[in-house]
Amino acid sequence: MKRAFQKPGRSREYGKALAREIDYLGLDSVSIVGIISLFVGAVVTIQTALNLDDPFIPDYYIAIATRESIILEFSPTMVSLILAGKVGSNIASTLGTMRVSEQIDALEVMGVNSASYLVMPKVLASMLFNPILIMLSMGLGLLGGYIAGNLTGVISTPDYLLGIQLGFKPFYITYAMTKTVVFAFLITSISAYYGYTVKGGAVEVGTSSTRAVVSSSVAVIVANYFLTQILLGT
Amino acid sequence: MIEVQNIQKSFGVHEVLKGIDAQFEQGKTNLIIGQSGSGKTVFLKCLVGLHEPDNGAILFNDRDTARMDQKERQLLRQEIGMVFQGSALFDSLTVEENVMFPLNMFTRMSFGEKKDRVDFCLNRVKLEGANKKYPAEISGGMMKRVAIARSIAMNPKYLFCDEPNSGLDPQTAVVIDNLVREITQEYGITTVINTHDMNSVMEIGDHIIFLKNGIKAWEGDRHEIIRSDQPDITEFVFTSELFKSIRKAQGGALGG
Repeated sequence: MKRAFQKPGRSREYGKALAREIDYLGLDSVSIVGIISLFVGAVVTIQTALNLDDPFIPDYYIAIATRESIILEFSPTMVSLILAGKVGSNIASTLGTMRVSEQIDALEVMGVNSASYLVMPKVLASMLFNPILIMLSMGLGLLGGYIAGNLTGVISTPDYLLGIQLGFKPFYITYAMTKTVVFAFLITSISAYYGYTVKGGAVEVGTSSTRAVVSSSVAVIVANYFLTQILLGT
Repeated sequence: MIEVQNIQKSFGVHEVLKGIDAQFEQGKTNLIIGQSGSGKTVFLKCLVGLHEPDNGAILFNDRDTARMDQKERQLLRQEIGMVFQGSALFDSLTVEENVMFPLNMFTRMSFGEKKDRVDFCLNRVKLEGANKKYPAEISGGMMKRVAIARSIAMNPKYLFCDEPNSGLDPQTAVVIDNLVREITQEYGITTVINTHDMNSVMEIGDHIIFLKNGIKAWEGDRHEIIRSDQPDITEFVFTSELFKSIRKAQGGALGG
């Protein structure tokens, strides 16, 4: 792991690698994150409306609950778990295949620090781009709630718009972004470790990919608890 | 020239290399042969720095790798080209990008200069017109040629090939053998080839080392190997009727 974060040799080539990884790991995840966020936002709104079906509770509370669920937990944590599956398996299987097909050895023989060249751009790309993905997820989650509220009639447009703004705490965005960046680091570095250290053949690459997803998902869940305790605990 | 002095390498309790001495001369194709499990691959990986020997020394033109710092080792590696058994081309890059990769990483050449160098290397291995193809779109023989082109892109002083003919048809194997020999002689490279292809041994074996159970069991050239009476060599080389007949024709001891 230490070698992965050593100073890169030729920064221009690392810059190109970083751009490539932002494309593979970030931009390629936009559609899945968008679709899931839109529908989960819709479901959260409908379920919250069902559970707050009380004449003494104003309807805009539905939007408040939807907002808090999406910003505090769904977007940063659940979307990160989805990315642990998608990005984590991609990283582990890519690096694992490069290892067993001697592409990593080829880099080493050339004099390239393979750990730094292959791992660091992936870690940086995710840490830079995941916050954008999570912001997008938040926006689309809230849009999904708005659309579901309108279609099903569980909440009116003015109540929804009032609810998502009422009592909003900007620190919650800081909290969500902090979690996102930490999760991005955990997912990419754990997955890269499993992929880079593969020994064997196709079966071992598959196994490492599974281990990468499981380990990074557990790491995200555990880190989520500690970060919440540190950032929001009293 | 590469000089190897008493290198030893173990993995746990398993002693793979038990003290090998060898000299590989410039402008010659030096072959390492031996049965599977004899230590050929570990020996080659020690030479290129992928394994660290437990004991002994490896000298590249009198420069001891064990005494080099990280920067010196990196500079040495830029003098090394390697052709891997499975070619080890970067599958997300085109043929042209593969050959250009070391130039991008280690030179300050302009794009035009790099393109010219890539075209020269691809022409040298007779792969004109394949620049924009991906490794998955070309044959095994073409992949080997791209790997050779990539390995000579930086004008290496040392070329290492790990079973360059494995998986190739006999005709393509001869093309690869001849290419490696031509490049070795043309550019005065010190070439070390790991193989158990007896056709390669007979075609290009300027200097041959036979490894058995982690030790150097025999050393000579392709003419001497034909006439050798050493049981290890006769057992390893002359197993087929074809080679037995070649040996007979050359007047070797094993007349059959």
